[in-house]
Amino acid sequence: MIYQGKQKIWSDYQKEIPDDHWFYVRSCIRQSFFPASETHFVKIVRDLLGKDLYETPHHTTCGGIAYHSDTIPQETAMTIVARQFALMTEAGYKNLVTSCITSFGNYCEILETWREFPELEARIREHLWKACRREFEKPEYVAHASDVIFKLRGEIAERAKYHLVSRATGEPLRVVEHIGCHYSKMFPHKGVGGAEYPCVLSGMVESWGGQVIDYPERRHCCGFGFRQYLVKANRGYSVSNTHKKFESMEPYHPDMIITNCPGCPYFLDRWQYVIAEQTGKTYGQNGCGIPALTYEELAGLVLGYDPWDLGLQIHQVGPEPLLDKIGIPYDPNRKYLGLNEKEIMKPGLPTVLKCC
Amino acid sequence: MVNRQPIIAVIGAGIAGLEAASQLAALGYKPVLIEKAPVVGGHVAEWNRLFPDMTPAEDVLQPLLAGTAKVRTLLNTEISAINRLKDEYNLILSDGSSLLCQAVLFATGFHLFDASKKEEYGYGIYDRVITNRDLEQWFNSRQDARIDKPRAVGFVHCVGSRDLKAGNPQCSKVCCITAIKQAIEMKEEFPDAEIYCFYMDLRLFGKKYEDFYIRAQRDYGIHFIRGRISEVGEAIDNRVVVKAEDTLSGKPVKVTLDLLVLMAGIVCNPDAQQYAREIGVAVDEDGFLKSRNNLAAITDSSRPGVFFAGACTGAKTVPETLAEARSAALAIHNYFNSRG
Repeated sequence: MIYQGKQKIWSDYQKEIPDDHWFYVRSCIRQSFFPASETHFVKIVRDLLGKDLYETPHHTTCGGIAYHSDTIPQETAMTIVARQFALMTEAGYKNLVTSCITSFGNYCEILETWREFPELEARIREHLWKACRREFEKPEYVAHASDVIFKLRGEIAERAKYHLVSRATGEPLRVVEHIGCHYSKMFPHKGVGGAEYPCVLSGMVESWGGQVIDYPERRHCCGFGFRQYLVKANRGYSVSNTHKKFESMEPYHPDMIITNCPGCPYFLDRWQYVIAEQTGKTYGQNGCGIPALTYEELAGLVLGYDPWDLGLQIHQVGPEPLLDKIGIPYDPNRKYLGLNEKEIMKPGLPTVLKCC
Repeated sequence: MVNRQPIIAVIGAGIAGLEAASQLAALGYKPVLIEKAPVVGGHVAEWNRLFPDMTPAEDVLQPLLAGTAKVRTLLNTEISAINRLKDEYNLILSDGSSLLCQAVLFATGFHLFDASKKEEYGYGIYDRVITNRDLEQWFNSRQDARIDKPRAVGFVHCVGSRDLKAGNPQCSKVCCITAIKQAIEMKEEFPDAEIYCFYMDLRLFGKKYEDFYIRAQRDYGIHFIRGRISEVGEAIDNRVVVKAEDTLSGKPVKVTLDLLVLMAGIVCNPDAQQYAREIGVAVDEDGFLKSRNNLAAITDSSRPGVFFAGACTGAKTVPETLAEARSAALAIHNYFNSRG
């Protein structure tokens, strides 16, 4: 591996990311899968680092999941997106930041489509006006929330309470980064580092002390693939994709996986349980899995937030070996306590995958 | 009466420039070879053997060097600017001197496509991904730590050729046959190695090319897979993992190789484009210099006194380049004859 070669490509794909004044749109499925991630994005960016980050309860789904699942036409998704732009315009913002990778891809694709076909943009404006009497300005910048954390990675590193190094050996943790397909595979110049060797996550990992693993199936889909999972009969494709990735990364003995997509951490996490049940094989040490975290969760750990407040108990793969390796303290008795110390119920344990 | 006094600036001392200068000198003219490299010979001087007869490149160069032994040759010399005068051209050279000439011959050749632009192939990222030029240099020097008794070698055709996204839509013409030549050479060098050629389609138009291709399959067992490579990754032992589609069987292919050779295509020398712009010579849509007539006057530019030879107008084989250089010399001779 020639690291300087990657640096050269990264220099070709520098993305302008404004410092401040963001209109934040949440993800419909991340709020179900890993709700604490978005909460902590807001806590880190707005409360800790003092940036202007605005969100509105009137925001809805962007229609991206339905569009990519072939259940709505693109014009419908465009009209939904036009309404989000109208909300941003009404709030007085010009920088859009999305929580979801598919939303990011959806917004970018729609803006590019309008650039190519302005008559379509005019028609969507008409649809929006007829539907809800709203008008909009297009955003000046569209970024994914991981772009913002990438931009702020240095400030986070300055405030870091923990680094991605082994407490016992001082060695950097070995981290697999997995980029959502809709981040830069459609428009390489809209992602930090391009499509083939994105550095949006690897930049965070390196800034916080870790070592990034490049393995043969790095670019391969996490297994979600929309219809691979959403059509129940196809789910064998989904798990086989994930299995392929784990077989490929196994020789590198990764300590963790970091992702920037709603589906990726879910499938890279949950399918480890399914693979273990089907094949008896696990990929972490001592029968455990490899923790698959969101970038907000990782930033939160680095900054010293409580692992259970970050929602790590929601993951299928137990995070405890990772926390122990870094030296992050946690109270096992609080793992399944929710807000206000309320019991959120303890799940049943898998038969093969060791979870704590 | 032929005027034998004119000075002709021959830009580039590759095989086109050398052959043209040799012919012009034989006709009694005063060609001046201008070469920015420290040696003459261009790309051929870097090559080891040439298709389809495995002729040593040296055998092609030696007669050209002999023919230009008395030709004024300026090495390590770049052209800072070219000015078009009434009937002459003034070349400002990098040493500060100037050369007033009555004709200019572009023998500026080609550049190999920068294979790192095809990011998915990992040239410049993965150690075991090299180019056709790198491999040819290894044939010459036998010194490259990346080539260590490979047991599986892949060749990727059309890297930066026939590729709209790479900004290079034209066929580079010589890559198919070069890949086959190099594949055979690797098989001869490493008989136990499996050799794969990933191609879009094979363009084997030249004399003996088809025979060469059949030999590669029949006598050397080289695997030809019709399909483009989608991505290249690196395994933990530094070998390269290649994913492609075999479009004949309709199946995806994944193979781990010790070496992947990218057949970098041919693009116009950007210096030639710059010089052409300075004196009002047209550049064609494909980026190469534009001939006055692609059928009947390939060596003529649209500008009096400016001529072309070799790959400055498009990808060419060695025999095509040499024939065109002779043709350009004759065209220059006729140009001066017509002026009296």
